Amino acid sequence: MEYFLQQLINGVTLGAIFGLIAIGYTMVYGILGMVNFAHGDVFMIGGFVAVITFLILGVLGLTWVPFALLCMLLIAMVFTGVHGWAVERIGYRALRNSNRLAPLISAIGMSIFLQNYVQLLQGARNKAIPPMISGGVELMTSPTGFTVKFGYMQMVIIAVTTVLMVGFSLLIARTSMGRQQRACEQDMRMARLLGVDVDRTISLTFIMGAALAAVAGMIWLLYYGIIDFYVGFLAGIKAFTAAVLGGIGSLPGAMLGGLLIGLIEVFWSAYFSVEYKDVAAFAILVLVLIFRPTGLLGQPDIEKV
Amino acid sequence: MNQAPLLRVEHLTMRFGGLVAIDDVSFDAGDREITAIIGPNGAGKTTVFNCLTGFYKPTIGRLALHKAGGREFLLERMEGYRIGQTARVARTFQNIRLFPRMSVLENLLVAQHNRLMRASGYTLFGLFGLPVYRQAEAHAVDVARYWLDRIGLTPRADEDAGNMPYGDQRRLEIARAMCTEPILLCLDEPAAGLNARESAELNEMLRFIRDEHKIGVLLIEHDMSVVMKISDHVVVLDYGRKISDGTPEFVRKDPAVIRAYLGEDEDEALPPEVAADLGSRG
Amino acid sequence: MTGHAGPSLKENLKDAGAMALASAALALPLVGFLTVDRAQTIVLEYRFGELLYAVAVIFVGRLLLLLANQGHSPAVLVATGAFSVLWAANAFLGIVAITWPALGWLTWIVFSVIALRAWFFMYQAGRRVKQDASDVAERAGTVIYRLGKYLGPALAAFALVMPLMPFADQRMVDLGILVLTYIMLGWGLNVVVGLAGLLDLGYVAFYAVGAYSYAIISLNWGLNFWETLPLAGAMAATFGILLGFPVLRLRGDYLAIVTLGFGEMIRLILLNWDELTNGPKGMGGIARPSFFGMPFTAAPPEGVTAVHQFFGLNFAPIHRVIWLYYIILAMALLTNWFTLRIRQLPIGRAWEALREDEIACRALGINPTNTKLTAFAIGAMFGGFAGSFFATRQGFISPESFNFLESAIILAVVVLGGMGSQIGVVVASVVLIGGPEWFRDLEAYRMVAFGALMVAIMVWRPQGLLAHREPTIHLRGRQPAPAVAARAPAR
Repeated sequence: MEYFLQQLINGVTLGAIFGLIAIGYTMVYGILGMVNFAHGDVFMIGGFVAVITFLILGVLGLTWVPFALLCMLLIAMVFTGVHGWAVERIGYRALRNSNRLAPLISAIGMSIFLQNYVQLLQGARNKAIPPMISGGVELMTSPTGFTVKFGYMQMVIIAVTTVLMVGFSLLIARTSMGRQQRACEQDMRMARLLGVDVDRTISLTFIMGAALAAVAGMIWLLYYGIIDFYVGFLAGIKAFTAAVLGGIGSLPGAMLGGLLIGLIEVFWSAYFSVEYKDVAAFAILVLVLIFRPTGLLGQPDIEKV
Repeated sequence: MNQAPLLRVEHLTMRFGGLVAIDDVSFDAGDREITAIIGPNGAGKTTVFNCLTGFYKPTIGRLALHKAGGREFLLERMEGYRIGQTARVARTFQNIRLFPRMSVLENLLVAQHNRLMRASGYTLFGLFGLPVYRQAEAHAVDVARYWLDRIGLTPRADEDAGNMPYGDQRRLEIARAMCTEPILLCLDEPAAGLNARESAELNEMLRFIRDEHKIGVLLIEHDMSVVMKISDHVVVLDYGRKISDGTPEFVRKDPAVIRAYLGEDEDEALPPEVAADLGSRG
Repeated sequence: MTGHAGPSLKENLKDAGAMALASAALALPLVGFLTVDRAQTIVLEYRFGELLYAVAVIFVGRLLLLLANQGHSPAVLVATGAFSVLWAANAFLGIVAITWPALGWLTWIVFSVIALRAWFFMYQAGRRVKQDASDVAERAGTVIYRLGKYLGPALAAFALVMPLMPFADQRMVDLGILVLTYIMLGWGLNVVVGLAGLLDLGYVAFYAVGAYSYAIISLNWGLNFWETLPLAGAMAATFGILLGFPVLRLRGDYLAIVTLGFGEMIRLILLNWDELTNGPKGMGGIARPSFFGMPFTAAPPEGVTAVHQFFGLNFAPIHRVIWLYYIILAMALLTNWFTLRIRQLPIGRAWEALREDEIACRALGINPTNTKLTAFAIGAMFGGFAGSFFATRQGFISPESFNFLESAIILAVVVLGGMGSQIGVVVASVVLIGGPEWFRDLEAYRMVAFGALMVAIMVWRPQGLLAHREPTIHLRGRQPAPAVAARAPAR
């Protein structure tokens, strides 16, 4: 029971990260119908920007933790957002009316480029930072001496993610920008005729997706204390799996899917085998796509003939 | 009538979630006849086609195709490609679906795929260029040439299909469907976008297919002049329901049809172009 | 040349300034700062000079491009062309030392591209019919295709005699083997991606299955290369069918992701299934191919003739390398023959038709799943063959050779070569694989360039750089047949 509870806490924490990345996949898929394969690498860039910001703050001597965290968060979001914008502007905009594979190949090229660009500029080695938040609350101890610990870091992560997701859902549901976003998702041509600036809306979608991925990248860095140029590949695929599991194109689906993938991964590692935890993620991806491509909360996609 | 018609549609119903696209539609389409399905936009005509050709599985209903010799196929139970392969129902699409980056001739050869596959020993004989495959290929080219002559595209047979003018693409799509040697040909708005001369040529071609190739033709059409001139039998749909069924003369005078097309107010005079269209037959 | 009244200098400056600003924002964190690990800790270094320089180049480049577009092409061409030539001359003669060589070459590339653009604008202005860049590529594709009739055999002949040439040392032949392996993989994947239009991101899985099948069979049962090769190919094809069957119904982009998942799953299984694959340590001691039963060893066991003894030569390690070279050359040529041939058969046409329009294919009675499955299985088989060759050449395999990056490289070869183009795969392999191997300094930049080129080609010409499609059959030149009578359909 205690062990289970501990895994639950860990799983929710990991799920929060995947959920944040998955939102970017799902929004881009919703509006453009494409898999933004480079999104995982945008997440990785978010982590790198966070590392660099952390070091700059260290140089400047601004080390009060809450302030540093806020700075890292905002700076990572802004600069990663610019990357998200550039990815769309350079790699995808010209291909909007192309066949389905061209944007995907372009996205794969973009992903290869970003990974190796970061490797070239920042080196191939891991970037490790010292833990910024340590300690936690000991919730209970089992008779066998196993202690369930809810780390402060985990609390921060879950809190930040919850706030961001609620805020983001409100942004999409309530604001005029969100309305335009949803309009483009339903019918881009009609939205354009009604005066929605489609290019701007799509750019904003990429920027928002990248900003959320940057938050995930920063959380990843804080949680694991380490990041490298290759981290986006696997995390990206898992987050994509989350988006598909939840129903691609659906925002609550992405959050739910992220949570589920995080839990599955953690419980799989805890109760079965650590070696095959990535196999489990890929197996879920394959199974969901084969048996229920609309995911848990997705809309069925009627084939137009 | 003791012999079963070529196609018998019974109680066809198609629901998408809460939307009822087709509601309990039944009709027959005869062999060596042109049957037209007409109706206002959104009446469910293309959905009927999609059910017939296996793109949708009907919610309820029976779609029975009777081949000469007594074999019966229940189309609603067949997998999509089998309807073309075994039941021999061919179709065209409202927005033309050719293989644009393949040549005109290749388009017609792809339509003869199943026969050529058998002749090529599922690729093995073909790989080594055995005579049995070469003959089959020559025959397939001859069939293609026959249809190319028919639609006047022989000189451009080696060009990409996507580079053909619109009207030629429409006819090429019909020729491609005919190359599968169907017993029922389903055409989804074949006259859409054609000018008057092309439309007349199309009528000629459809009659030719019916009379010379002796197969049934099922037609969705908006162009009344085409429908009234060439069809033997007209089925009218509105909001997914069948509202009329009979000869063109009968349908033209059916008050239910006039209501559907012109609204509830029956006293209002027909707009001149509609009157001309409806009256242009014969 | 008509210098139409374009935007003023001020507007141009504003445009270029905006672009420079955007790139500055992009580059600031990752280019401006460098994270360096130092003894347990991590410190920051600064590269603001480089950052400013890069932004300045982008500003000037954008400005020149705008000017070229507004009727000043000749001046721009002269300026950028002169810069590019001078820079290249300096690089080779080494007159002036360059502080940041990498950035310098980047500038060189940017200016050369601008020079090409300017030249293209001039060329366009001189013609009555407007052509865009895509038309030019189309023409280039046609020319290459025509040349292909001569270029193909010429390349094959060169490949055939290359190892016997005086300049062919072991490094050169080894490089030839590497390039030919990728050519074969590219041709195999071309069946799947180029012809059938199925984006397979896990092609390396079949390469791995072939390599591991070969290793396991040859280590456990002692079969030789030629006996194992077909088994490994069949094994890979079986995997292709098993993996393909459930997923080929999926839409194109989902299929791509699922194949990626399968590729990674196979790698992870190879990594963790210690009993069968020896896990991350890999499998060694795999049998090397023999020359009709004769080994390539300096001192063969009693009663066995080694190859050099048979030919009366002095023992040299290069003999085996040359033999390996000819094996992969033969395998690659077989793949090519097979692909060219099958393209003209009904199955090949059906693949291309499926790529163009699956819905129309279904309406014509073509079974999409089976048709795709054959493409998948045949592609997998060639991947398996190449994998067996890889295993026998290396003598050692481990899961790390079969990661996603490898799939991406093979895909890059196919995409950059022009999907569906056989000669394009050759050109792309030579440039993309041979180039960086030969110029080791460029290794670090190779993948960056791959990625950038993939994006550039998709944006510029989504059907592939040198994609030129010739019909598989022509009506012209065929005997007009005796008129086929109107035939009643078979009832």
